[in-house]
Amino acid sequence: MQVQVRLFATLRQGRFKRQSLELPEGDSVADLLKSLDIPKEDVGMLLLNGRDAALEAPLTTEAVVSIFPALGGG
Amino acid sequence: MAGYCGNILRINLTTRTVDTQPLDMALARKFVGGRGLGTSYFQKEVDPNVDALGPDNKMFFTTGPLTGTTAPTSGRYMVVTKSPLSGTIASSNSGGFWAAELKRAGFDMIIVEGRADRPCSISIRNSEVHIEDAETCWGKTVTETTDALLEAFGDPKARVLAIGPAGEKQSMIAAIMNDRYRAAGRSGVGAVMGSKNLKAIVVRGTGKVDSGQPDQTKEVLARMRKKIAEHDVTGKGLPAYGTAVLVNVINEHGVYPTKNFQQAYFETADKVSGETLAEEYLVKNVACYACPITCGRRCVVDGQEGEGPEYETLWCYSASCGVDDLPSVIRANNLCNDYGLDTISAGATIACAMELFEKGFIKPDEIDGPPLKFGSGEAIVEWTRKMGCHEGFGAELAQGSARLAAKYGAPELSMSSKKLELPAYDPRGIQGHGLQYATSNRGGCHVRGYMIAPEILGIPEKLDPLSLEGKATWTKIFQDLTAVIDSLGLCLFTSFALGAEDYRDMYSAITGADITTEDLLKTGERIWNLERVFNLNAGVDPGEDKLPKRLLEEPIPEGPSKGQVHRLGELLPQYYQERGWSAEGRPTEAKLAELALA
Ligand code: SF4
Repeated sequence: MQVQVRLFATLRQGRFKRQSLELPEGDSVADLLKSLDIPKEDVGMLLLNGRDAALEAPLTTEAVVSIFPALGGG
Repeated sequence: MAGYCGNILRINLTTRTVDTQPLDMALARKFVGGRGLGTSYFQKEVDPNVDALGPDNKMFFTTGPLTGTTAPTSGRYMVVTKSPLSGTIASSNSGGFWAAELKRAGFDMIIVEGRADRPCSISIRNSEVHIEDAETCWGKTVTETTDALLEAFGDPKARVLAIGPAGEKQSMIAAIMNDRYRAAGRSGVGAVMGSKNLKAIVVRGTGKVDSGQPDQTKEVLARMRKKIAEHDVTGKGLPAYGTAVLVNVINEHGVYPTKNFQQAYFETADKVSGETLAEEYLVKNVACYACPITCGRRCVVDGQEGEGPEYETLWCYSASCGVDDLPSVIRANNLCNDYGLDTISAGATIACAMELFEKGFIKPDEIDGPPLKFGSGEAIVEWTRKMGCHEGFGAELAQGSARLAAKYGAPELSMSSKKLELPAYDPRGIQGHGLQYATSNRGGCHVRGYMIAPEILGIPEKLDPLSLEGKATWTKIFQDLTAVIDSLGLCLFTSFALGAEDYRDMYSAITGADITTEDLLKTGERIWNLERVFNLNAGVDPGEDKLPKRLLEEPIPEGPSKGQVHRLGELLPQYYQERGWSAEGRPTEAKLAELALA
């Protein structure tokens, strides 16, 4: 399945900003992090289609996953 | 009491008299300092129905007991006055170095009264205080004024607070600037200074602020610095990207107001994000006095160095105006700093004008500048310049979006609450934050109770932004705690890493005040209620606790928060109850007595 992945701030270093990735059906958010080599501790905020998601949340085709390190303040 | 200088400076510009008076320590104990103390003095001395731009309005430049001490981020002060924009109490906060310098000169607060008959400035060299002519600075930008006054003062270590041309022209959205780039931005406080013909206050202090007994403060302050350094937001996020890091965070949640809140997702936000700013324009981080967080951004565009843009500024000039050209946004930000305009209200008013233009209310032939089209980088820069110097149609924009939209018979297109333009979070997808906008004592602002922390960032714990549950309670606690932080003289950003207990510990360690955390929060509640009472007496009735119709009735059309509206009607009664107010939103006699305000 195709999943759209968006990385932000420091997580972009050595990776990418935005990419469409082909993942095996049934993969979860945690599987995606693994394939991107992003340690769980580095993740501050994880959104699946703009809503907070748990690591075990299953991915679906066309899903948009936004991953942020812990940051923020305006 | 350590922390306080014990002196206030009362300056009457009509009679050109300067008087040093003892600080009322009973009031200081009851209201801490900064915002609280300024409000209590203000409420004692000024009729709530005063003309905000008349000589009888007063200005209180007020520091906290921690300002200028060794506590982290202790460079803050407040400007308390009546707002010409909203008619509410105004308390605008700023950082930089000016406030710490004022404390070193020996003053906790400056009270400015009356109106000078010609442009003047105030010069403070420790206890030596003079009112000086400033005719040669009138009409000059903040940078030019700062350079000229520093030279005339003859000490490069002096600190300058000034208004730009916008304040002189009494623009309703004029800011007060200090240390060139730091702004007491909101509520039109710059116009009040302009109405008094007061261009600037220059201060140099060589004394020492008493930071309490080192054996008592050392351990506490070290613990606070450690917490700030170790927290992801204050130790990593803000130093690396500044506040601008929020652009993508808020946009990805689908609550990033776009084209004057017509949409809530900006497709090309990344081009105008904190990440892009850091990659392409950032020269270095800068910090305010005693701040380990260093969230300030020194950026260069067109060879001109400036500070910012902050998150809110990036938003109002980019997404809100539909512009994704970062250099134009930086130019507009620099113009705001130089002309002394509140960036949020300035950008948001241009966005409102763009919608009025799009919908045919403003006709192309009645404006003397570039078409007010969403997406136009040229328009945001040129209209900011015209607002700053009140040129042509820019003078209309400089009155803020509420007056502009009302003039065209479309008041609902002003995205404001109590006439203060809403900042960079669409409340339709963040329910608690919307309640905070509607109930803030100075109108639509985000820094009276930053509900984004729990609802989006998960600090101190994650709340569902769409749920109403517990939001009235959280909003009240955040508002009360913020009033405390603003009164201590610390930066609100410390609250990502610190809690109420920590503020109590610092306050007690430095001043020796014997106070519980509950009592300190009660002090915050007292300040909140005092501000509320002032507003009610000034004729700002509870019916003004509202949000623009669009946010209550038009669902977010696209993006992750599609379909949401704000449910203020459900939250407001809960909030009034939480505050112990009447069902109509008025503090009860019993509540005022409980807070020793009766
Ligand atoms: S965190 Fe930023 S705004 Fe606050 S005191 Fe530090 S540099 Fe100034």
